[in-house]
Amino acid sequence: MTQAQLAQGSPPLLAVRDVSVVFGGIIALNGVSFDMHKGQILGLIGPNGAGKTTLFNCLSRLYQPSSGDILMEGASILTRPPHRIAEIGIGRTFQNVALFPNLTVMDNVRVGTHARTSSDIISDSLRLAWIRRSETDVNKKVHEILAYLDLEDVAHTVVSGLPFGTQKRVELARALAADPKILLLDEPAGGLNHEEVYVLGDLIRRIREDRHMTVLLVEHHMGLVMSIADHVVALNFGKKLAEGTPAQVQADPDVIKAYLGSKDQ
Amino acid sequence: MSAAEEVVAEGHQAVAAVPKRGMTLGTGTSLVVLAALLIMPIFVKNFIIFQMTMLLIYGLAVLALNILTGGSGQFSLGQSAFYAVGAYTTAVLMEHFNVNYALTLPIAGVVCFAFGFLFGQPALRLSGVYLALATFALATAMPQLLKLNFLEHWTGGVQGLVVTKPDAPFGLPMSQDMWLYYFTLVVVIAIYIFAVNLLRSRSGRAFMAIRDNEIAASAMGVDVALYKTLAFGVSAAITGIAGSLGAIAVQFVAPDSYTITLAISLFLGMVVGGVGWLPGSIVGAAFIIFVPNIAEGISKGLSGAVFGVLLFLVIYLVPHGARQVAILGQKLAGKLRKN
Repeated sequence: MTQAQLAQGSPPLLAVRDVSVVFGGIIALNGVSFDMHKGQILGLIGPNGAGKTTLFNCLSRLYQPSSGDILMEGASILTRPPHRIAEIGIGRTFQNVALFPNLTVMDNVRVGTHARTSSDIISDSLRLAWIRRSETDVNKKVHEILAYLDLEDVAHTVVSGLPFGTQKRVELARALAADPKILLLDEPAGGLNHEEVYVLGDLIRRIREDRHMTVLLVEHHMGLVMSIADHVVALNFGKKLAEGTPAQVQADPDVIKAYLGSKDQ
Repeated sequence: MSAAEEVVAEGHQAVAAVPKRGMTLGTGTSLVVLAALLIMPIFVKNFIIFQMTMLLIYGLAVLALNILTGGSGQFSLGQSAFYAVGAYTTAVLMEHFNVNYALTLPIAGVVCFAFGFLFGQPALRLSGVYLALATFALATAMPQLLKLNFLEHWTGGVQGLVVTKPDAPFGLPMSQDMWLYYFTLVVVIAIYIFAVNLLRSRSGRAFMAIRDNEIAASAMGVDVALYKTLAFGVSAAITGIAGSLGAIAVQFVAPDSYTITLAISLFLGMVVGGVGWLPGSIVGAAFIIFVPNIAEGISKGLSGAVFGVLLFLVIYLVPHGARQVAILGQKLAGKLRKN
């Protein structure tokens, strides 16, 4: 029995309610609903153009749904601007790595704490005592996360020169620095080789256990999703095709049809 | 268009080469530079002291642009407008209201902060070359605004205003020029320290995060619109204080002292000093003050062309400006130490 299954009875941490997104006549998402419970790893799968990234961008408030609602701990997130999503505990990584290329690893992760700290330009310019205290706390936290993700050796390296796999870990570290309740991972396995994907799967599971996190995994890599997700939602053409345990979704005839084409054709 | 794009692309490249660690000087170097700046006026004539004062003032204005462009990644060809507002604020306060010159500096800073912050609001919708063009419009409009009839009572219209140079206080035995030099030096050092603190802080990291990737910055909770306008405000405030000091040093303000040429000079100073490298600001300022004189010394008739060639040489040999020279020097020193 995992924590996620135990939590099934309690209200969902994140609820996607009948969300539709229309781009000038094209229906990118059509009435999609699902719940995420605390401690769950939820895999969101679907062929290209299924609406995964659209849904993801609704969650991080880059897109506004045409109808429906998204609730975080019971409260709608749709009235919040994009920069006020991190503070309610939604952290994310990006599909093709969106780090701050000219900053060091340490500074990238420090920016991750932005939503959890406060300052103003005058206090910052004068380096007042409370700013120094807050910076000390930030540095402590950043070092802890860097150690956790085995990034201490490159702490002072500018990220643009690092290998792609390391950059992905830096991005994860940056997301963790905001103490998210939900971690949204957009195709974390993209561009990784077989062995790296295996290590990544392990890491995601470890983060969930150690840091009590709930993970939404948008992923093409079926092997990764099926091996680490507790719950899988399959999308196709903007609609929810199937939902259930990895085994249930894998056996679903509609899902098989969407991925492999129907036998009649 | 393509030429402008190249300038911007070059700027970005220069930005890209500057990690945050490398934004300042080491303690040893700073102390040597500081000592030189402190002792120098004792040995030179008043005119040279005046030139050194102007060097510090332009250095401050270049530093302000460096915070905006090197820090937050926004371009401005409108710095002359902020400089003018600072200069006029000081001139009007001193001559019409008898306010002490030192007090006019923070007032000019606040006025220019508000001006820059407000200008930053519409500028939010623009980026890169388009932002450069919008600020260009501001720079061209400013001298005309200062000549407006209904402002003439305060600004003196085309004639401008004469500013009284302050004497050294407490009966200190030094010339007006020397006093103003030390006064400027203190202001510039204080602002330099504040600027370094700012860029190393949470706010500075937000600026640089926006420069590098706006969407990711926003996902980390950075209010992109707020920090972009704040960067404009801070840059305008510092430029305004430079303008105030400039008005006091030159003892005169007139609309045509603050044309687009000044804005372009400051932009040039930033590129020559190294975009994003704060100590380079003073080197850039030296370039825009002294190199035109050198060019004139080489050929009176063709001074513009000679200046162009010198500028071209600098950009060609050290595209990242003074910062590149500093890094080369550091490497060389490191090698010598090893041997």
